[in-house]
Amino acid sequence: MKFWRMLILLAFASSWAIGAQALTPDDLKPLGADDFDAKAQLIAKLVTTGDAASLTVLKALADDAVSITGNNEILIQDGDNYRDAITGRAVTATDAQPITLSNVLRNQVNSGLSAVQLSSPDLATRQAAVETLLQNPEESLKPLVDQARSRETDAALKKRLDTLWAMTALHNHDPAQRLQAVLLLNARHNLEVGELLRPLLLKNSSGAYAEPDPAVRHAAQAGLDELASIQRRGEIAGTIFAGLSLGSVLLLAALGLAITYGLIGVINMAHGEFLMIGAYATYVVQNFFQQHWPAAFDWYPLAAIPVAFIAAALVGIALERLILKHLYGRPLETLLTTFGVSLLLIQATRMIFGAQNVQVSNPSWMSGGLTVLPNLILPYNRLTILAFSVTVIALSWTVLNRTRLGLFVRAVTQNRQMAACVGIKTGRVDSYAFAFGAGIAGLGGCALAQIGNVGPDLGQGYIIDSFMVVVLGGVGQLAGTIIGAFGLGIASKAIEPFSGAVLAKIAVLVFIVLFIQKRPQGMFALKGRSAES
Amino acid sequence: MNIVTSTADGAALDAGVAELTTPSTTLAPAATAATIFSLGLPARPALLSKPAWGALVVLILLVGIGVPLASLVIPESSAFHLSAYAVTLGGKLMCYAIAALALDLVWGYCGVLSLGHGLFFALGGYAMGMYLMREIGHQGKYGSDLPDFMVFLDWHKLPWYWQGTQHFAYAMLLVLLVPAVIAWVFGYFTFRSRVKGVYLSIMTQALTYAATLLFFRNETGFGGNNGFTDFKQILGFPITHPGTRMVLFLITFAVLVLAFIGARAIVTSKLGRVVTAIRDGESRLMFLGYSPLAYKLFIWTLSAVLCGIAGALYVPQVGIINPSEMSPGNSIEMAIWVAVGGRGTLIGPIIGAFAVNGAKSIFTDYFPEYWLFCLGAIFVLVPLLLPRGIIGLVMKRHGSRS
Repeated sequence: MKFWRMLILLAFASSWAIGAQALTPDDLKPLGADDFDAKAQLIAKLVTTGDAASLTVLKALADDAVSITGNNEILIQDGDNYRDAITGRAVTATDAQPITLSNVLRNQVNSGLSAVQLSSPDLATRQAAVETLLQNPEESLKPLVDQARSRETDAALKKRLDTLWAMTALHNHDPAQRLQAVLLLNARHNLEVGELLRPLLLKNSSGAYAEPDPAVRHAAQAGLDELASIQRRGEIAGTIFAGLSLGSVLLLAALGLAITYGLIGVINMAHGEFLMIGAYATYVVQNFFQQHWPAAFDWYPLAAIPVAFIAAALVGIALERLILKHLYGRPLETLLTTFGVSLLLIQATRMIFGAQNVQVSNPSWMSGGLTVLPNLILPYNRLTILAFSVTVIALSWTVLNRTRLGLFVRAVTQNRQMAACVGIKTGRVDSYAFAFGAGIAGLGGCALAQIGNVGPDLGQGYIIDSFMVVVLGGVGQLAGTIIGAFGLGIASKAIEPFSGAVLAKIAVLVFIVLFIQKRPQGMFALKGRSAES
Repeated sequence: MNIVTSTADGAALDAGVAELTTPSTTLAPAATAATIFSLGLPARPALLSKPAWGALVVLILLVGIGVPLASLVIPESSAFHLSAYAVTLGGKLMCYAIAALALDLVWGYCGVLSLGHGLFFALGGYAMGMYLMREIGHQGKYGSDLPDFMVFLDWHKLPWYWQGTQHFAYAMLLVLLVPAVIAWVFGYFTFRSRVKGVYLSIMTQALTYAATLLFFRNETGFGGNNGFTDFKQILGFPITHPGTRMVLFLITFAVLVLAFIGARAIVTSKLGRVVTAIRDGESRLMFLGYSPLAYKLFIWTLSAVLCGIAGALYVPQVGIINPSEMSPGNSIEMAIWVAVGGRGTLIGPIIGAFAVNGAKSIFTDYFPEYWLFCLGAIFVLVPLLLPRGIIGLVMKRHGSRS
């Protein structure tokens, strides 16, 4: 079959070379006139003729390369030269005026061109033609689509052609063809198909359905129902993913907070600024790679991770050693002091990096997304952060449960005096744990830099939510923080569509106030004598 | 000028108060000196000592007569003239002082550090602002019955919660009731579940944060981002007129003095002693058979109402109220006024409010970019170096001299 087409094409090409054409110069005359219908008919004729000469004219029309001379000769512009549209012979023209088509005609030309290209021997050309036609299917092209469909051998392309055929056959006079068209469209599971099916079920002004055959209507309704369920599934999955994504950031922000609160009993208001420090550390590393090592730019996040951790941990250990150590036993004043530290850090950042947001760009492997459902795309950067935060949790669990430092931290959290009595240097444990918590927040900042703006106020937006995670999850327990963070994230995102982000925040707050009526110590309270202060 | 006199008098007043506000640790020796059959409680202190009363009367006379005289009668050329700016600034600082006093009642005496008092302050302010917006009437830009921002949002009638706010008395009732109801409901649920300490502070911060977000929305009906401004008159008097300003200033001063005496009466009463006991040992108090809930709720709600009154006085003098007034940052700043002055005393927060906000005015005039550094440093250094605030410093020197 293909072979025959090629042969025919070859024949056409050779016939064009010796000057025997199906088109005559008179056929092209309407192009120079003002009659819209005549032009539309001419284009339709060019499409149905479909020979090489017609194809050349169509291509030239699509490229705006058709001109007309004073004595109504139609010429095709090729760079600076002109050729006769039909004979292809070079012509010198001094008074050629370009012909411009209206948008309606231009669409007709493009669709027609694609329809002709459906019979191209080249698979890629055919694919491109089908995709173009899917954007703008025209019923008038049905015969060409019919032909192409019966001819096509590539399985994937055949499916696309089926859809295309269905789109053009939707208003066919034969109900059986219409039904088949609807069924083919249903099988496509594409949300845009809904736009084609919905008009079938509408009633016109006289009360009759636009689609007279009940079987076709029924099939269309079934298709629409299925589309609605796909859409709903996509939305639910999207909400859950957005919640998990928010939760993973909250988790990184709140983990350190929960550890230090459990250990020292102070809430560190400057904790959000550790996020900010981590994000700015990422920014600095990014700039360094851009300037000194652009070849490895895609892998700068790997270098940014330790830098962000160490930068935040160093600031954290300085804060603990220089200030907080002197305030132990006075938690409320510590709250105020750490707020002051947060002001100082924000203002210092403003002076060093400027008050404007700075640009941190995703490496190329993090841009784009994974299409799971037609209306659900999971961005790679958010997926990466989710995986990153799970990794950090695993590492934190290992540190807390499998290392000597973790053992000390848990001991001091449970009972400080008793831990001191058995020889644990509680002051040093405090410092290390504080640095560890700050470092995790720095990692959170590194992650945040990949999905949001990096500015001096970065931490402020997350800090209150992180506090809520700690209140909800209880202290000194990894599991509580994890469930608190993901629970809060998903709850916020689930309420948002109904009531907006602000009311969602308020609803979450009200929920937390009511929740601590039942469990004042959070979901996972420490048991034993340490529980009551 | 006004700032300087009241701070100096405040210090003098404090000298009298200092002997009375003895910390709880000195209660024990007093008990051993009492008779065998008594309960061993120290005698209830007087409302104010004689020198303190004297200082207070002098202060009232000085401000009550001196300020109107200096502002309205003495010609502008004189060195003793008080500019309209100074009067407004003085009034503003006194509003802050009332709010600081309110916060000190719960933090200094009940051990509940609220990081959400900006909310109550702003709620009082918004209630007053609603009245002032209605009082503009047809003089707004659009000449409509509705406040300008509602015309701008294409609203056609007042929301239900704006009904009746054109009556001054009703608006004043709102000033008292709205903070009271919100404080009571929030307090009831948190105190009942015995949330305290840092947890409670965080919850109050979240409360004010949520409210800020709510008030930033245009749909909430309080002018969104811009809040209320462009007030024209209050009770028919033009709001920018020097005479009106002076009356507002004097009312604020009167409220500050009354709030101080009222707070003093409460903390020296039996109720005040129970409240202080909650601060020092809530569990012990419960073992003795008290239920702290009602006491805490009372002092908490009272503090919120006082803060609301301060906000209501603040708005007509400053001429604007917007959601940033209740932002978490602003609310925490109130706590530092108390800490700087010295919590657990009543004169301390007043001094602290004047000192910090006076410094803020000076800094924002001369080195605006360094104010946040300065504020941050105050937050860090005061708890470290001055745990009992300015009052603590004065008392220590006073003690070492005698």
